[in-house]
Amino acid sequence: MTFTAAATATVAHATTTVAAEHHGFLSPTGVEIAFLLVGLLTFGAAVVTVTTKQLVHAALWLVVALGGLAVEYLLLTAEFIAWVQVLIYVGSVVVLLLFGLMLTRAPIGRSPDADSGNRWAALTVAVASAGALVWVVVDAFRTTWVDLNGAAAGSTEVTGASLFQNWVLPFEALSVLLLAALVGAIVLSRKAKAAAAGTTTAPQVPGSRDGKRATEDKEGVR
Amino acid sequence: MHLAYPAVLAALLFCTGLYGVLARRNAILVLMSVELMLNAVNLNLVAFDVWLSRAARDTLHSGQALTLFTIAIAAAEIGIGLAIVLAVYRNGGTSDIDKLRDTAEGHGPDDPDSDAPAAEKAEATA
Repeated sequence: MTFTAAATATVAHATTTVAAEHHGFLSPTGVEIAFLLVGLLTFGAAVVTVTTKQLVHAALWLVVALGGLAVEYLLLTAEFIAWVQVLIYVGSVVVLLLFGLMLTRAPIGRSPDADSGNRWAALTVAVASAGALVWVVVDAFRTTWVDLNGAAAGSTEVTGASLFQNWVLPFEALSVLLLAALVGAIVLSRKAKAAAAGTTTAPQVPGSRDGKRATEDKEGVR
Repeated sequence: MHLAYPAVLAALLFCTGLYGVLARRNAILVLMSVELMLNAVNLNLVAFDVWLSRAARDTLHSGQALTLFTIAIAAAEIGIGLAIVLAVYRNGGTSDIDKLRDTAEGHGPDDPDSDAPAAEKAEATA
């Protein structure tokens, strides 16, 4: 184990020094420029996501941030991760979030109380941790280059092979976890629906329809 | 590509998400910020996996496998989290996490004065 780690470190060090010899600090490549531009877009969208006063706009800016991250994965030659990111995050997670905003009757326009009172404490913590993290990361990886030439490091073939050769057991455990999460979400929603139907007294048409559906569901369970 | 580019971007995104988690008041916006933090970690995992898959031999593409697992767990988390937020909204009529003080000490749930000291407390901690 330690031998492997040592060999890994040696090889990494050798590659790093080799890479450092034909890279310059102030001569960015095209990929780096593209990464920087898309990264600026992503970071800006993320900042707007956490600062905008309009809740639906926050979800839509989150789409921009997550899509920008998918482009960053493509630039890092991790194609499969990029498309999974597009499918799951942009396709389903943001839609789920929008549904959540809709179901909790979030205001459509500007809501002045979107930020809580401890905004300045949060800003202090975030800026301090950003400064510390960026300083540490830049200091640690000053002389490290990623070699993006050659075959893609994360094509579907490579990722699938490694996933189903070396990571089968975690993969299967993850499917069980997803099933548990699905069942848990259904259980949480059903309990809330039954309780809401039990306490609903307003004779509104949607309310009565919900109550009817809830009783039908209960009978279905029995 | 210099490894500092993805690492710095991931650090900045993580801190943006951290600010959102601490500063936002709507529970769904907090969930969005948690997604941003998870994505920052994913970017780190992919970047370091791409670096190490060239620099070392036997990495088993563990970074990308872990990224896929993180994405799946994030999807499960957002489903459960939204179910909890919707249940809380149906019970309490709000998704404002500053008002969810049922488990706070010292104030009963039906205490009419519970709002004002709570707001003062929030201001004091800010």
